[in-house]
Amino acid sequence: MEAIAVNELSKLYSTRDGTVHALQQISFSVSEGEFVAVVGPSGCGKSTLLKVLAGLLPPSKGAARLRGTPITGPRRDIGVVFQSPVLLPWRSVLDNVLLPVDVQRLGRDRHLKVATDLLSLVGLDGFERRYPWELSGGMQQRVAITRALIHDPAMLLMDEPFGALDAMTREQMNLELQRIWLERKKTVLFITHSIPEAVFLADRVLVLTPRPGRIIDDVQVKIPRPRALEVMNFPEFAPYVHSIRRQFDAKGMIDS
Amino acid sequence: MKSLRNVALTILLFCSSIIAWELIVRIFEVPTFIFPAPSKVAMALWRGFASGLYQKHLSHTLLETVLGFLLGSALGFFLGTAVALNRYVEYFFYPYIVMFQSLPKVALAPLIVVWFGLGLKSQVINTALVAFFPLLVNTMVGLKSADEDRLNLMRSLAASESQIFWMLRLPNALPFVMAGLDVAMIFALIGAIVAEFVGARAGLGMLIQSMNFNMDVSGQFSVLLILSVVGLLLNRCILLIRRRILFWDPSEKERLERERIAL
Repeated sequence: MEAIAVNELSKLYSTRDGTVHALQQISFSVSEGEFVAVVGPSGCGKSTLLKVLAGLLPPSKGAARLRGTPITGPRRDIGVVFQSPVLLPWRSVLDNVLLPVDVQRLGRDRHLKVATDLLSLVGLDGFERRYPWELSGGMQQRVAITRALIHDPAMLLMDEPFGALDAMTREQMNLELQRIWLERKKTVLFITHSIPEAVFLADRVLVLTPRPGRIIDDVQVKIPRPRALEVMNFPEFAPYVHSIRRQFDAKGMIDS
Repeated sequence: MKSLRNVALTILLFCSSIIAWELIVRIFEVPTFIFPAPSKVAMALWRGFASGLYQKHLSHTLLETVLGFLLGSALGFFLGTAVALNRYVEYFFYPYIVMFQSLPKVALAPLIVVWFGLGLKSQVINTALVAFFPLLVNTMVGLKSADEDRLNLMRSLAASESQIFWMLRLPNALPFVMAGLDVAMIFALIGAIVAEFVGARAGLGMLIQSMNFNMDVSGQFSVLLILSVVGLLLNRCILLIRRRILFWDPSEKERLERERIAL
């Protein structure tokens, strides 16, 4: 069974200047345990796709299924990581991580151990009692990832989670995400506008064009794991990045 | 070292302005019934407290203020919540609430005396009416100001509307609510004094009124002094509560930072 199955999905927005085709007849599927990156320039409907899959936006046409059941609204077997950490400042790190447990009434006591284990998995041992504003941007995003994992969801939806971080923190986070993924084997849909990031992290990269958002390529990345950061300098890495970038260049969508 | 100097400067400034006031009144022989010297005010203050007169009226005014504050804030909070959460309530009732607020409450005080008499009840009601609006507006704005990202986060977790209220909207509104309480406390004191002016059997406002009839200007000054100290202390109480609840709020952190520098 496929973890994510998207079939002829379209999403239209009506704005003052008329209708905007955020997504047009998108079809793809993601297998269980697969790490799939969706890459595209800004304004290509990447975030819209994620919001539809998270059940935050209804699709205009077509359908999306998660593990066989159609998406009708938010659901409990997914974890979402947004572009900003979105931590609640009045909750300590531990309480932020336990937010899904509180909302879904899963039992705090049973999840305390899970939370501390996950926090040490992302390298935040001893930060349980701290508050979000005492943490750096990278640490906050780790808390957000921990929060997305706490209720042991089958899949993670990540919307440019490292977009706001500086380049070095970002590389570090990519490594950590890979480590977490190798350890937990969740299905991941990772949205980004960085082509190297997508190639580095993913098993497959879906290439999305802007307005209307459409999938123009589906690239299998056959680089063995675990991948170290040096992989980016390996001869097999560059061709992936080039071939994806060429598709954008051909359409005149990227300035560089 | 610096903090010691600041304390010394504060005391010096205070003492020198009192002395200057005393000297000006004496040199220019200003009559006591126009502008009393600080020594006269201090004497009036001492006499008032020694006879137990001030304690009695002060406790009455304090009781009115606190009860009116609690009643008005609770009312404002619940109405503000209703308006924020239900757009029908907002549509049908909010215009009346605004109309009611634009009405000077002083003008209502005589009516309230007619309806509820000269006792504590009428002053508490008047105080509550004055105190309630800041809470109403701030609660309303606070509950509506929840950030879109945070709402999306809660929704993505399949949170119910009531969970979103308790876990997100309400804590998110607290800085606004606390700011409203800050204003409401001072408004409550004003409301209590106004109510006493219009008609009461006890209270510092009533005391000022009767002292005015007797041309006891030093007495009035001493009561004014008490009132401003009471206002300051009530405000401090709210600040203390605020600090405990809003330890996470940026405005509170800035305030702490500022105070640290000042010391």
